[in-house]
Amino acid sequence: MLPQRFHKHSFSHGIHPPQRKDRTAGCAIRRLPFAPRMIIPLSQHTGAPATPTVREGQEVVRGEPIAQPDGFVSVPMHSPATGMVERIAPVPTPKGGVTLGIYIKLYPGAAQEILYGAPQDLESMSPEELTLRVQATGVVGLGGAAFPTHVKLAVPEGKTVDTIIVNGCECEPYLTTDHRVMLEQINEIVIGAMIVCKAMKAERIMIGVEDNKPDAVAAFESALQGRSNNISIHALPTKYPQGAEKMLAKALLNREIPSGGLPADVGLGVFNVATLAQIGELLPQRRGLIERVVTVTGAGVTRPGNYLTALGTPLRFLLEQAGFEGDARQVILGGPMMGPAVACLDLPVTKGITGVLVLTDAEAATRGRKTFPCIKCGECVDACPMHLNPSRLGILARAGAYEVMDQKFHLKDCFECGCCSFVCPSDIPLVQQFRMAKARNRERMAAS
Amino acid sequence: MLTAQMKGVILPMPTALIVALLMVVLGAGLATVLAVANRYLYVYEDPRIDDVEEMLPSSNCGACGTPGCRAFAELAVAGKISPAKCTVNSPDMIEAIARFLGVAAGAEEKRVARLACAGGSHVARNQASYAGLATCRAAAMVAGGPKACSWGCLGFGDCMTVCDFGAIHMDLHGLPVVNPDRCTACNACVEECPKDLFSLLPVSQRLWVACKSEAEGDLAEAVCAVACTACGRCAADAPGTIEMINNLARIDYSRRPGKLRAPIERCPTGAIILLADHGDAIRGAAAKKIIRKAPLPVGAEAAAV
Repeated sequence: MLPQRFHKHSFSHGIHPPQRKDRTAGCAIRRLPFAPRMIIPLSQHTGAPATPTVREGQEVVRGEPIAQPDGFVSVPMHSPATGMVERIAPVPTPKGGVTLGIYIKLYPGAAQEILYGAPQDLESMSPEELTLRVQATGVVGLGGAAFPTHVKLAVPEGKTVDTIIVNGCECEPYLTTDHRVMLEQINEIVIGAMIVCKAMKAERIMIGVEDNKPDAVAAFESALQGRSNNISIHALPTKYPQGAEKMLAKALLNREIPSGGLPADVGLGVFNVATLAQIGELLPQRRGLIERVVTVTGAGVTRPGNYLTALGTPLRFLLEQAGFEGDARQVILGGPMMGPAVACLDLPVTKGITGVLVLTDAEAATRGRKTFPCIKCGECVDACPMHLNPSRLGILARAGAYEVMDQKFHLKDCFECGCCSFVCPSDIPLVQQFRMAKARNRERMAAS
Repeated sequence: MLTAQMKGVILPMPTALIVALLMVVLGAGLATVLAVANRYLYVYEDPRIDDVEEMLPSSNCGACGTPGCRAFAELAVAGKISPAKCTVNSPDMIEAIARFLGVAAGAEEKRVARLACAGGSHVARNQASYAGLATCRAAAMVAGGPKACSWGCLGFGDCMTVCDFGAIHMDLHGLPVVNPDRCTACNACVEECPKDLFSLLPVSQRLWVACKSEAEGDLAEAVCAVACTACGRCAADAPGTIEMINNLARIDYSRRPGKLRAPIERCPTGAIILLADHGDAIRGAAAKKIIRKAPLPVGAEAAAV
């Protein structure tokens, strides 16, 4: 391996989309008022849905557990507010379709204090115990993937993790939640990173932040002063998709996570800053995850900002508070590159929602909608951070050769970052084709 | 080259003659090989297989469960499948095959693909506009598609594209219509539909729930005028045959309702219907009449319209 100082701290390929973070980067985190009714889907993480432990008509207090995990790859849910369980009924999901959820009607006069939780001593706990305690907080990857954090902490048998990577890149345009969390909850992030480091028996912590957030880098530098030198901060050149764990591992340590593998395969654990901030805040007090920071921005809202939102707040309420006047071309959950567009606003804010973009006609339709044939210019090949051949994959997808895409062109390595669709001069919806092809392949695998 | 080498061996002879002789020897040799192969490697195949195959529709649709018409012919000659199992064939031809083979034609009821949705653009609301790949599959992956009803037909016509027999066309409200004469029950549309709206039904079974929405009554009707609101009247009028499960009327076809008319009479939305011959539907007297011709506007506000 090259000595660190010769290593350029980046990954190859990738793109530079317009940032558009200025509108909210300077907005301090503000607490959103409580919506009169909260909706908590039982499946808002990767893995098995939680099982409700409350019944209809029951009173719940803010922070109280209302659903327990169903197995190891599952997390509990906590009540985001004091009120009454109105019903347990189907809730629409961002993917379309429905899932079971708990509706909580708030008591208008309730003080909404968090009464649940008791300080716990983390120093004396074993890594296994820490992992279970992290599960009890209900924390999942808050960077958007919503993968249960405690599952990551359980290092597979026979593997060792030497480095914890703290992901503060936030490479998606528009989003500023991680940026604000880094500025305002830096101590919690450091505490969270220490806890995770202990649980995974790692030796050092590396914090990666893109250099378009110099204030966050400076904040880390001052927060780390006087601490042991096994924790370090690295400013990385701004490039999309730096925040993907494979790219970040490559950029920081020049390690490549193998195809189909996990960061633990190369001795890494990668965690988002917002996730660590929640662990650092909740775990010592033995509380549960009931709120998160959500960036609401885009030309469709008049009061953009970073809102500390109770989980379960209906999207419509959140957008009304942010000054949404019903004029939107597209509403996207998360960033514009990877976030899914939603078809209705009756969805609740869930653990994995980093931001809500309300794009107007002018903002969303900056490029024509018409698709032209592939001219084989190779732009997508130069952009793909996974070094795939999106052009070829796209042609195969059109021909319906989904099996070939998988077996010969490594379709499974595509993590749908959207670089290829972004640079395509013919406006071919490549990522959509790949998603469809992957779904087809999954169906076929399930059938055989 | 050839003659040059041969000069030393054979006395001078015209080149053409040598070539001709060589070809005769070669031909005779190969003919012998073929003759021997034909004698000792011969596999007897019932000549009737070819004849039966001639009488099959050659659509290779797979509806009978065999990998194609040739395989069907082999099984038919072997007596392992009755000629009527090919539901694509005309009754005359089935009879002809049966006579030719000297077997009973057997009875196999023709099945046809039926669509469990009646929510065309004139009655079902879209909650968003969709822009992207114009296929149902692709649209279904973006927030489940533009339709407000999560169960409803998306109307991009993937079923029409996948149908090899031209049995499906899209009507003016964006719903697929199956032509029962052309439908071979090959199952392609059943597998293709991302919302699982198609199922294969014997042609004689005409009672049909043209809805798959499991939403609660009011919610279902708010987004689609012809949704099953799970009022339970049809279940009350045909006890045992119809059951309400998950806010939706379900027909038990093992009880062979046929053209049972009682359940459709009191249906307020016309979700439960009797299928007429060519994709048309007979609604009950209580079903509200829908005269709207233009597509409904997109968006949440349209619910009040």
